[in-house]
Amino acid sequence: MSSTLFRATAVRSALRASAPTAAYRAGLASPTFVRGKATLPDLAYDYGALEPAISGKIMELHHKNHHQTYVTSFNNFSEQIAEAKQKEDIQAQIALQPLINFHGGGHINHTLFWENLAPTSQGGGEPPKGQLSKAINDSYGSLDALKEKFNTALAGIQGSGWAWLVQDTQTGNISIKTYANQDPVVGQFRPILGIDAWEHAYYLDYQNRKAEYFKAIWNVVNWKAAEKRLK
Amino acid sequence: MRGASRLSIALFSLLSNSFEVFASEQQPFEFGEMSAPIYTLPPLPYAYDALEPHISAQIMELHHSKHHQTYVTSLNAALKSQSEAVHTSDITSQVSLQQLIKFHAGGHINHSLFWQNLAPASSTDAESSAAPKLVKQIKSTWGNEEKFREAFKAALLGLQGSGWGWLVKVEVGQEQRLTIVTTKDQDPIVGKGEVPIFGIDMWEHAYYLQYLNGKAAYVENIWNVINWKTAEERFLGTRADAFKILKASI
Repeated sequence: MSSTLFRATAVRSALRASAPTAAYRAGLASPTFVRGKATLPDLAYDYGALEPAISGKIMELHHKNHHQTYVTSFNNFSEQIAEAKQKEDIQAQIALQPLINFHGGGHINHTLFWENLAPTSQGGGEPPKGQLSKAINDSYGSLDALKEKFNTALAGIQGSGWAWLVQDTQTGNISIKTYANQDPVVGQFRPILGIDAWEHAYYLDYQNRKAEYFKAIWNVVNWKAAEKRLK
Repeated sequence: MRGASRLSIALFSLLSNSFEVFASEQQPFEFGEMSAPIYTLPPLPYAYDALEPHISAQIMELHHSKHHQTYVTSLNAALKSQSEAVHTSDITSQVSLQQLIKFHAGGHINHSLFWQNLAPASSTDAESSAAPKLVKQIKSTWGNEEKFREAFKAALLGLQGSGWGWLVKVEVGQEQRLTIVTTKDQDPIVGKGEVPIFGIDMWEHAYYLQYLNGKAAYVENIWNVINWKTAEERFLGTRADAFKILKASI
Protein backbone atom coordinates (compact mmCIF):
# COMPACT_ATOMS: atom_id res chain seq x y z
CA MET A 1 0.00 0.00 0.00
CA SER A 2 1.22 3.43 -0.84
CA SER A 3 2.13 5.44 2.21
CA THR A 4 1.25 8.57 0.26
CA LEU A 5 -2.31 7.30 0.25
CA PHE A 6 -2.97 8.67 3.68
CA ARG A 7 -0.55 11.54 3.52
CA ALA A 8 -2.91 14.40 4.30
CA THR A 9 -4.86 12.68 7.03
CA ALA A 10 -1.79 10.97 8.42
CA VAL A 11 -0.05 14.25 8.95
CA ARG A 12 -3.08 15.73 10.66
CA SER A 13 -3.68 12.69 12.81
CA ALA A 14 -0.07 12.51 13.79
CA LEU A 15 -0.07 16.17 14.69
CA ARG A 16 -3.02 15.62 16.98
CA ALA A 17 -1.12 13.10 19.03
CA SER A 18 2.46 12.26 19.76
CA ALA A 19 5.15 10.78 17.52
CA PRO A 20 4.10 8.30 14.85
CA THR A 21 3.94 4.76 16.11
CA ALA A 22 5.45 1.70 14.50
CA ALA A 23 2.02 0.99 13.04
CA TYR A 24 2.05 4.42 11.41
CA ARG A 25 5.22 3.60 9.53
CA ALA A 26 3.93 0.21 8.46
CA GLY A 27 1.37 1.34 5.91
CA LEU A 28 -2.30 0.85 5.18
CA ALA A 29 -4.84 2.10 7.65
CA SER A 30 -2.13 2.55 10.19
CA PRO A 31 -1.65 6.28 9.72
CA THR A 32 -4.83 6.94 11.64
CA PHE A 33 -3.75 4.73 14.52
CA VAL A 34 -2.32 6.80 17.28
CA ARG A 35 -1.09 4.94 20.34
CA GLY A 36 -3.06 1.93 19.12
CA LYS A 37 -6.27 3.88 18.60
CA ALA A 38 -7.89 4.65 15.29
CA THR A 39 -9.02 8.25 14.91
CA LEU A 40 -11.35 9.98 12.49
CA PRO A 41 -9.25 11.61 9.76
CA ASP A 42 -10.00 15.20 8.83
CA LEU A 43 -11.45 15.90 5.40
CA ALA A 44 -9.16 17.76 3.00
CA TYR A 45 -12.13 19.97 1.98
CA ASP A 46 -15.26 21.49 3.52
CA TYR A 47 -18.44 19.47 3.94
CA GLY A 48 -20.17 21.62 1.30
CA ALA A 49 -17.28 21.51 -1.16
CA LEU A 50 -18.59 18.58 -3.20
CA GLU A 51 -21.97 20.16 -3.94
CA PRO A 52 -24.00 19.72 -6.05
CA ALA A 53 -22.77 16.13 -6.56
CA ILE A 54 -22.93 15.41 -2.81
CA SER A 55 -24.62 17.82 -0.39
CA GLY A 56 -22.93 19.28 2.67
CA LYS A 57 -25.51 17.59 4.86
CA ILE A 58 -24.67 14.14 3.53
CA MET A 59 -20.94 14.77 3.84
CA GLU A 60 -21.27 15.97 7.42
CA LEU A 61 -23.42 13.03 8.56
CA HIS A 62 -21.32 10.58 6.60
CA HIS A 63 -18.02 11.79 8.03
CA LYS A 64 -18.91 12.97 11.52
CA ASN A 65 -21.48 10.30 12.37
CA HIS A 66 -21.14 7.22 10.19
CA HIS A 67 -17.36 7.17 9.85
CA GLN A 68 -16.95 8.16 13.51
CA THR A 69 -19.12 5.19 14.56
CA TYR A 70 -16.89 2.81 12.62
CA VAL A 71 -13.81 4.30 14.32
CA THR A 72 -15.35 4.15 17.80
CA SER A 73 -16.64 0.61 17.32
CA PHE A 74 -13.37 -0.57 15.81
CA ASN A 75 -11.46 0.72 18.84
CA ASN A 76 -13.98 -0.86 21.17
CA PHE A 77 -13.84 -4.28 19.53
CA SER A 78 -10.06 -4.08 19.16
CA GLU A 79 -9.81 -3.67 22.92
CA GLN A 80 -12.13 -6.60 23.43
CA ILE A 81 -10.15 -8.82 21.09
CA ALA A 82 -6.92 -7.82 22.85
CA GLU A 83 -8.48 -8.85 26.17
CA ALA A 84 -9.67 -12.12 24.66
CA LYS A 85 -6.14 -12.80 23.41
CA GLN A 86 -4.72 -12.10 26.82
CA LYS A 87 -7.19 -14.53 28.36
CA GLU A 88 -6.50 -17.01 25.57
CA ASP A 89 -10.25 -17.08 24.88
CA ILE A 90 -10.28 -18.38 21.33
CA GLN A 91 -14.09 -18.44 20.99
CA ALA A 92 -14.34 -14.77 21.90
CA GLN A 93 -11.55 -13.90 19.47
CA ILE A 94 -13.32 -15.66 16.62
CA ALA A 95 -16.69 -14.15 17.55
CA LEU A 96 -15.12 -10.68 17.42
CA GLN A 97 -13.47 -11.13 14.02
CA PRO A 98 -16.54 -10.20 11.90
CA LEU A 99 -16.91 -7.05 13.99
CA ILE A 100 -13.27 -6.12 13.43
CA ASN A 101 -13.74 -6.77 9.70
CA PHE A 102 -16.92 -4.68 9.56
CA HIS A 103 -15.85 -1.68 11.61
CA GLY A 104 -12.19 -1.79 10.60
CA GLY A 105 -13.35 -2.11 7.00
CA GLY A 106 -15.70 0.84 7.45
CA HIS A 107 -12.80 2.92 8.74
CA ILE A 108 -10.45 1.90 5.91
CA ASN A 109 -13.05 2.33 3.17
CA HIS A 110 -14.23 5.76 4.26
CA THR A 111 -10.67 7.03 4.78
CA LEU A 112 -9.79 6.04 1.22
CA PHE A 113 -13.11 7.39 -0.09
CA TRP A 114 -12.65 10.90 1.34
CA GLU A 115 -9.22 11.02 -0.25
CA ASN A 116 -10.36 9.86 -3.66
CA LEU A 117 -12.93 12.67 -3.81
CA ALA A 118 -12.16 16.34 -4.36
CA PRO A 119 -14.05 19.54 -5.13
CA THR A 120 -13.89 20.55 -8.79
CA SER A 121 -11.86 23.60 -7.68
CA GLN A 122 -9.21 21.20 -6.36
CA GLY A 123 -9.06 18.96 -9.41
CA GLY A 124 -12.20 16.88 -8.81
CA GLY A 125 -13.35 15.28 -12.04
CA GLU A 126 -10.13 15.99 -13.94
CA PRO A 127 -9.25 12.87 -15.93
CA PRO A 128 -6.34 10.69 -14.81
CA LYS A 129 -2.96 11.00 -16.43
CA GLY A 130 0.12 8.89 -16.94
CA GLN A 131 0.24 5.26 -15.92
CA LEU A 132 -3.35 5.08 -14.63
CA SER A 133 -4.75 6.69 -17.78
CA LYS A 134 -2.82 4.16 -19.85
CA ALA A 135 -4.01 1.25 -17.71
CA ILE A 136 -7.63 2.41 -18.07
CA ASN A 137 -7.33 2.77 -21.83
CA ASP A 138 -5.63 -0.62 -22.15
CA SER A 139 -8.28 -2.39 -20.05
CA TYR A 140 -11.45 -0.49 -20.91
CA GLY A 141 -10.76 1.44 -24.11
CA SER A 142 -11.54 4.83 -22.62
CA LEU A 143 -12.32 6.61 -19.37
CA ASP A 144 -15.99 6.88 -20.36
CA ALA A 145 -16.15 3.15 -20.98
CA LEU A 146 -14.65 2.52 -17.54
CA LYS A 147 -17.21 4.83 -15.90
CA GLU A 148 -20.03 3.03 -17.65
CA LYS A 149 -18.80 -0.38 -16.47
CA PHE A 150 -18.19 0.99 -12.99
CA ASN A 151 -21.72 2.40 -12.80
CA THR A 152 -23.16 -0.92 -13.95
CA ALA A 153 -21.21 -2.64 -11.18
CA LEU A 154 -22.45 -0.09 -8.61
CA ALA A 155 -26.06 -0.51 -9.76
CA GLY A 156 -25.76 -4.28 -9.49
CA ILE A 157 -24.83 -4.29 -5.79
CA GLN A 158 -27.59 -6.10 -3.91
CA GLY A 159 -27.75 -4.36 -0.55
CA SER A 160 -24.98 -2.26 1.00
CA GLY A 161 -21.50 -2.24 -0.42
CA TRP A 162 -18.79 -0.59 -2.41
CA ALA A 163 -17.38 -0.74 -5.92
CA TRP A 164 -13.63 -0.36 -6.36
CA LEU A 165 -11.19 0.03 -9.14
CA VAL A 166 -8.51 -2.34 -7.91
CA GLN A 167 -5.06 -3.41 -8.99
CA ASP A 168 -4.16 -7.07 -8.89
CA THR A 169 -0.93 -7.22 -6.87
CA GLN A 170 0.12 -10.37 -8.77
CA THR A 171 -0.44 -9.24 -12.36
CA GLY A 172 -0.56 -5.46 -12.02
CA ASN A 173 -3.83 -5.42 -14.00
CA ILE A 174 -6.65 -3.12 -12.98
CA SER A 175 -10.28 -4.21 -12.71
CA ILE A 176 -13.61 -3.30 -11.16
CA LYS A 177 -14.74 -5.30 -8.13
CA THR A 178 -17.69 -4.93 -5.80
CA TYR A 179 -17.51 -5.68 -2.08
CA ALA A 180 -20.40 -6.36 0.31
CA ASN A 181 -21.09 -4.12 3.29
CA GLN A 182 -17.76 -2.84 4.64
CA ASP A 183 -15.52 -5.61 3.37
CA PRO A 184 -12.28 -3.79 2.63
CA VAL A 185 -10.00 -4.24 -0.35
CA VAL A 186 -7.19 -6.28 1.17
CA GLY A 187 -5.08 -9.26 0.18
CA GLN A 188 -4.53 -9.87 -3.50
CA PHE A 189 -6.00 -6.56 -4.58
CA ARG A 190 -4.93 -2.99 -4.00
CA PRO A 191 -7.59 -0.25 -3.78
CA ILE A 192 -7.23 2.46 -6.42
CA LEU A 193 -10.62 4.21 -6.35
CA GLY A 194 -13.72 3.47 -4.29
CA ILE A 195 -17.35 4.59 -4.55
CA ASP A 196 -19.66 4.08 -1.59
CA ALA A 197 -22.96 2.48 -2.64
CA TRP A 198 -24.52 2.38 0.83
CA GLU A 199 -27.82 4.22 0.85
CA HIS A 200 -26.55 6.64 3.50
CA ALA A 201 -24.02 7.88 0.92
CA TYR A 202 -26.70 9.37 -1.32
CA TYR A 203 -30.22 8.91 0.01
CA LEU A 204 -30.83 12.44 1.35
CA ASP A 205 -29.99 13.90 -2.08
CA TYR A 206 -31.08 11.22 -4.50
CA GLN A 207 -33.49 8.90 -2.64
CA ASN A 208 -34.14 5.83 -4.79
CA ARG A 209 -32.57 7.45 -7.88
CA LYS A 210 -29.15 6.02 -7.21
CA ALA A 211 -28.17 5.98 -10.89
CA GLU A 212 -28.13 9.81 -10.72
CA TYR A 213 -25.71 9.69 -7.78
CA PHE A 214 -23.43 7.26 -9.61
CA LYS A 215 -23.44 9.58 -12.62
CA ALA A 216 -22.81 12.76 -10.63
CA ILE A 217 -20.02 11.48 -8.41
CA TRP A 218 -17.55 11.30 -11.30
CA ASN A 219 -17.53 15.12 -11.25
CA VAL A 220 -15.80 15.01 -7.86
CA VAL A 221 -13.52 12.01 -8.26
CA ASN A 222 -9.95 12.82 -7.34
CA TRP A 223 -8.02 10.92 -10.00
CA LYS A 224 -4.74 12.33 -8.68
CA ALA A 225 -5.26 10.40 -5.45
CA ALA A 226 -6.08 7.30 -7.47
CA GLU A 227 -2.91 7.72 -9.56
CA LYS A 228 -0.79 7.73 -6.42
CA ARG A 229 -2.26 4.42 -5.29
CA LEU A 230 -1.37 2.63 -8.52
CA LYS A 231 1.96 0.82 -8.50
CA MET B 1 -44.44 -36.61 -61.56
CA ARG B 2 -46.10 -33.29 -61.83
CA GLY B 3 -49.09 -34.50 -59.85
CA ALA B 4 -46.93 -36.06 -57.18
CA SER B 5 -44.91 -32.93 -56.86
CA ARG B 6 -48.04 -30.84 -56.52
CA LEU B 7 -49.33 -33.18 -53.87
CA SER B 8 -46.15 -33.00 -51.85
CA ILE B 9 -46.19 -29.22 -52.03
CA ALA B 10 -49.78 -29.23 -50.87
CA LEU B 11 -48.92 -31.62 -48.04
CA PHE B 12 -45.93 -29.58 -47.07
CA SER B 13 -47.95 -26.42 -47.09
CA LEU B 14 -50.69 -28.11 -45.05
CA LEU B 15 -48.14 -29.36 -42.55
CA SER B 16 -46.33 -26.08 -42.28
CA ASN B 17 -49.65 -24.26 -41.90
CA SER B 18 -50.71 -26.55 -39.09
CA PHE B 19 -47.27 -26.16 -37.54
CA GLU B 20 -47.70 -22.41 -37.61
CA VAL B 21 -51.11 -22.71 -36.02
CA PHE B 22 -49.69 -25.08 -33.43
CA ALA B 23 -46.77 -22.78 -32.76
CA SER B 24 -48.83 -19.64 -32.50
CA GLU B 25 -51.21 -21.32 -30.08
CA GLN B 26 -48.51 -22.85 -27.92
CA GLN B 27 -45.90 -20.19 -27.99
CA PRO B 28 -47.48 -17.68 -25.61
CA PHE B 29 -47.65 -20.26 -22.86
CA GLU B 30 -44.03 -21.22 -23.17
CA PHE B 31 -42.23 -18.26 -24.53
CA GLY B 32 -44.40 -15.18 -24.88
CA GLU B 33 -45.36 -12.55 -22.40
CA MET B 34 -47.69 -14.91 -20.59
CA SER B 35 -44.92 -17.41 -19.97
CA ALA B 36 -44.09 -16.16 -16.48
CA PRO B 37 -46.52 -14.81 -13.90
CA ILE B 38 -46.63 -11.04 -13.79
CA TYR B 39 -46.44 -9.75 -10.24
CA THR B 40 -47.94 -6.40 -9.33
CA LEU B 41 -47.42 -4.01 -6.46
CA PRO B 42 -49.96 -4.78 -3.71
CA PRO B 43 -51.76 -1.67 -2.44
CA LEU B 44 -50.98 -0.53 1.10
CA PRO B 45 -53.72 -1.40 3.61
CA TYR B 46 -53.51 2.22 4.94
CA ALA B 47 -52.58 5.70 3.72
CA TYR B 48 -48.94 6.76 3.28
CA ASP B 49 -49.18 9.09 6.27
CA ALA B 50 -51.02 6.60 8.52
CA LEU B 51 -47.87 5.50 10.36
CA GLU B 52 -46.77 9.01 11.30
CA PRO B 53 -45.02 10.16 13.39
CA HIS B 54 -43.17 6.86 13.65
CA ILE B 55 -42.62 6.45 9.90
CA SER B 56 -43.09 9.55 7.76
CA ALA B 57 -45.39 9.70 4.74
CA GLN B 58 -42.39 10.60 2.56
CA ILE B 59 -40.58 7.41 3.56
CA MET B 60 -43.70 5.28 3.10
CA GLU B 61 -44.45 6.69 -0.34
CA LEU B 62 -40.89 6.26 -1.65
CA HIS B 63 -40.57 2.87 0.00
CA HIS B 64 -43.81 1.53 -1.47
CA SER B 65 -44.24 3.30 -4.82
CA LYS B 66 -40.53 3.34 -5.77
CA HIS B 67 -38.48 0.73 -3.92
CA HIS B 68 -41.09 -2.04 -3.75
CA GLN B 69 -42.20 -1.25 -7.31
CA THR B 70 -38.61 -1.66 -8.53
CA TYR B 71 -38.39 -5.12 -6.95
CA VAL B 72 -41.65 -6.10 -8.67
CA THR B 73 -40.56 -4.73 -12.05
CA SER B 74 -37.12 -6.34 -11.83
CA LEU B 75 -38.60 -9.64 -10.66
CA ASN B 76 -40.92 -9.76 -13.66
CA ALA B 77 -38.03 -8.97 -16.02
CA ALA B 78 -35.83 -11.65 -14.43
CA LEU B 79 -38.62 -14.25 -14.58
CA LYS B 80 -39.20 -13.45 -18.24
CA SER B 81 -35.49 -13.93 -18.97
CA GLN B 82 -35.57 -17.17 -17.02
CA SER B 83 -38.57 -18.42 -18.93
CA GLU B 84 -36.78 -17.69 -22.21
CA ALA B 85 -33.68 -19.47 -20.92
CA VAL B 86 -35.81 -22.50 -19.99
CA HIS B 87 -37.44 -22.47 -23.41
CA THR B 88 -34.09 -22.38 -25.19
CA SER B 89 -32.53 -24.93 -22.81
CA ASP B 90 -29.93 -22.33 -21.86
CA ILE B 91 -28.94 -23.79 -18.52
CA THR B 92 -26.04 -21.41 -17.84
CA SER B 93 -28.37 -18.42 -18.11
CA GLN B 94 -30.90 -20.17 -15.90
CA VAL B 95 -28.30 -20.65 -13.18
CA SER B 96 -26.84 -17.16 -13.51
CA LEU B 97 -30.34 -15.66 -13.16
CA GLN B 98 -31.03 -17.40 -9.86
CA GLN B 99 -29.41 -14.81 -7.60
CA LEU B 100 -31.19 -11.97 -9.39
CA ILE B 101 -34.53 -13.75 -8.99
CA LYS B 102 -33.82 -14.45 -5.32
CA PHE B 103 -32.96 -10.83 -4.66
CA HIS B 104 -35.93 -9.24 -6.38
CA ALA B 105 -38.42 -11.94 -5.40
CA GLY B 106 -37.13 -11.60 -1.85
CA GLY B 107 -37.66 -7.86 -2.04
CA HIS B 108 -41.23 -8.39 -3.24
CA ILE B 109 -41.98 -11.04 -0.59
CA ASN B 110 -40.42 -9.10 2.28
CA HIS B 111 -42.10 -5.79 1.51
CA SER B 112 -45.49 -7.42 0.87
CA LEU B 113 -45.33 -9.04 4.32
CA PHE B 114 -43.93 -5.87 5.92
CA TRP B 115 -46.77 -3.56 4.83
CA GLN B 116 -49.27 -6.00 6.25
CA ASN B 117 -47.46 -6.39 9.54
CA LEU B 118 -47.62 -2.64 10.19
CA ALA B 119 -50.67 -0.67 11.36
CA PRO B 120 -51.42 2.91 12.44
CA ALA B 121 -50.47 3.43 16.11
CA SER B 122 -54.02 4.53 16.92
CA SER B 123 -55.45 1.19 15.74
CA THR B 124 -56.25 -1.54 18.29
CA ASP B 125 -54.37 -3.86 15.90
CA ALA B 126 -51.18 -2.08 17.01
CA GLU B 127 -51.66 -3.29 20.62
CA SER B 128 -50.00 -6.54 21.56
CA SER B 129 -53.31 -7.49 23.23
CA ALA B 130 -54.53 -8.15 19.67
CA ALA B 131 -52.25 -11.22 19.67
CA PRO B 132 -53.08 -13.14 22.89
CA LYS B 133 -51.80 -16.56 21.81
CA LEU B 134 -48.64 -15.19 20.21
CA VAL B 135 -47.86 -13.03 23.24
CA LYS B 136 -48.34 -16.06 25.49
CA GLN B 137 -45.68 -17.93 23.55
CA ILE B 138 -43.41 -14.86 23.42
CA LYS B 139 -43.60 -14.71 27.23
CA SER B 140 -42.87 -18.38 27.61
CA THR B 141 -39.90 -18.03 25.23
CA TRP B 142 -38.30 -14.75 26.34
CA GLY B 143 -39.79 -14.24 29.81
CA ASN B 144 -41.72 -11.08 29.04
CA GLU B 145 -42.50 -8.70 26.18
CA GLU B 146 -39.82 -6.25 27.26
CA LYS B 147 -37.07 -8.89 27.13
CA PHE B 148 -38.36 -10.01 23.74
CA ARG B 149 -38.18 -6.47 22.38
CA GLU B 150 -34.67 -6.06 23.80
CA ALA B 151 -33.54 -9.27 22.11
CA PHE B 152 -35.17 -8.19 18.84
CA LYS B 153 -33.54 -4.77 19.06
CA ALA B 154 -30.09 -6.26 19.65
CA ALA B 155 -30.54 -8.50 16.62
CA LEU B 156 -31.64 -5.59 14.42
CA LEU B 157 -28.82 -3.29 15.51
CA GLY B 158 -26.30 -6.10 15.02
CA LEU B 159 -27.01 -6.31 11.28
CA GLN B 160 -23.98 -5.36 9.21
CA GLY B 161 -25.30 -3.70 6.09
CA SER B 162 -28.75 -4.06 4.57
CA GLY B 163 -31.16 -6.67 5.84
CA TRP B 164 -34.21 -7.58 7.87
CA GLY B 165 -35.11 -8.88 11.30
CA TRP B 166 -38.00 -11.34 11.61
CA LEU B 167 -39.96 -13.06 14.30
CA VAL B 168 -40.34 -16.55 12.86
CA LYS B 169 -42.47 -19.52 13.82
CA VAL B 170 -40.56 -22.72 13.21
CA GLU B 171 -42.40 -26.00 13.10
CA VAL B 172 -40.25 -28.71 14.64
CA GLY B 173 -42.21 -31.95 14.55
CA GLN B 174 -45.37 -31.34 16.54
CA GLU B 175 -43.85 -28.35 18.30
CA GLN B 176 -43.98 -24.70 17.25
CA ARG B 177 -41.08 -22.55 18.38
CA LEU B 178 -40.52 -18.82 18.07
CA THR B 179 -37.18 -17.42 17.06
CA ILE B 180 -35.68 -14.09 16.02
CA VAL B 181 -33.88 -14.31 12.70
CA THR B 182 -31.91 -11.69 10.78
CA THR B 183 -31.43 -11.98 7.05
CA LYS B 184 -29.09 -10.11 4.75
CA ASP B 185 -30.15 -7.89 1.86
CA GLN B 186 -33.47 -9.26 0.56
CA ASP B 187 -33.10 -12.90 1.57
CA PRO B 188 -36.65 -14.00 2.45
CA ILE B 189 -37.85 -16.36 5.19
CA VAL B 190 -38.81 -19.36 3.06
CA GLY B 191 -37.17 -22.30 4.84
CA LYS B 192 -39.02 -25.55 5.45
CA GLY B 193 -41.45 -25.23 8.34
CA GLU B 194 -40.77 -21.49 8.75
CA VAL B 195 -43.60 -18.96 8.96
CA PRO B 196 -42.65 -15.26 9.12
CA ILE B 197 -44.73 -13.59 11.86
CA PHE B 198 -43.51 -10.04 11.37
CA GLY B 199 -40.49 -8.38 9.85
CA ILE B 200 -38.66 -5.11 10.35
CA ASP B 201 -36.85 -3.59 7.41
CA MET B 202 -33.33 -2.46 8.34
CA TRP B 203 -32.32 -1.13 4.95
CA GLU B 204 -31.33 2.50 5.33
CA HIS B 205 -34.07 3.54 2.88
CA ALA B 206 -36.60 2.36 5.50
CA TYR B 207 -35.67 5.07 7.98
CA TYR B 208 -32.90 7.38 6.76
CA LEU B 209 -34.95 10.41 5.64
CA GLN B 210 -36.42 10.63 9.13
CA TYR B 211 -33.91 9.08 11.53
CA LEU B 212 -30.61 9.60 9.62
CA ASN B 213 -27.92 7.56 11.37
CA GLY B 214 -30.10 7.19 14.47
CA LYS B 215 -31.35 3.72 13.65
CA ALA B 216 -31.79 2.80 17.33
CA ALA B 217 -34.62 5.37 17.52
CA TYR B 218 -36.28 3.84 14.46
CA VAL B 219 -36.05 0.41 16.07
CA GLU B 220 -37.62 1.81 19.26
CA ASN B 221 -40.44 3.61 17.48
CA ILE B 222 -41.47 0.90 15.09
CA TRP B 223 -42.95 -1.09 17.98
CA ASN B 224 -45.74 1.51 18.01
CA VAL B 225 -46.88 0.45 14.55
CA ILE B 226 -46.52 -3.34 14.62
CA ASN B 227 -49.75 -4.99 13.51
CA TRP B 228 -50.27 -7.61 16.22
CA LYS B 229 -53.56 -8.75 14.71
CA THR B 230 -51.76 -9.78 11.52
CA ALA B 231 -48.99 -11.31 13.65
CA GLU B 232 -51.53 -13.42 15.55
CA GLU B 233 -53.11 -14.59 12.27
CA ARG B 234 -49.72 -15.62 10.88
CA PHE B 235 -48.84 -17.32 14.17
CA LEU B 236 -52.04 -19.37 14.13
CA GLY B 237 -52.04 -19.95 10.38
CA THR B 238 -49.93 -21.88 7.92
CA ARG B 239 -47.14 -20.69 5.70
CA ALA B 240 -49.55 -20.58 2.76
CA ASP B 241 -51.80 -18.24 4.77
CA ALA B 242 -48.94 -15.84 5.44
CA PHE B 243 -47.96 -15.77 1.77
CA LYS B 244 -51.45 -15.40 0.30
CA ILE B 245 -50.77 -11.70 -0.30
CA LEU B 246 -48.25 -12.80 -2.95
CA LYS B 247 -50.84 -14.87 -4.81
CA ALA B 248 -53.12 -11.87 -4.75
CA SER B 249 -50.49 -9.70 -6.35
CA ILE B 250 -50.00 -11.92 -9.42
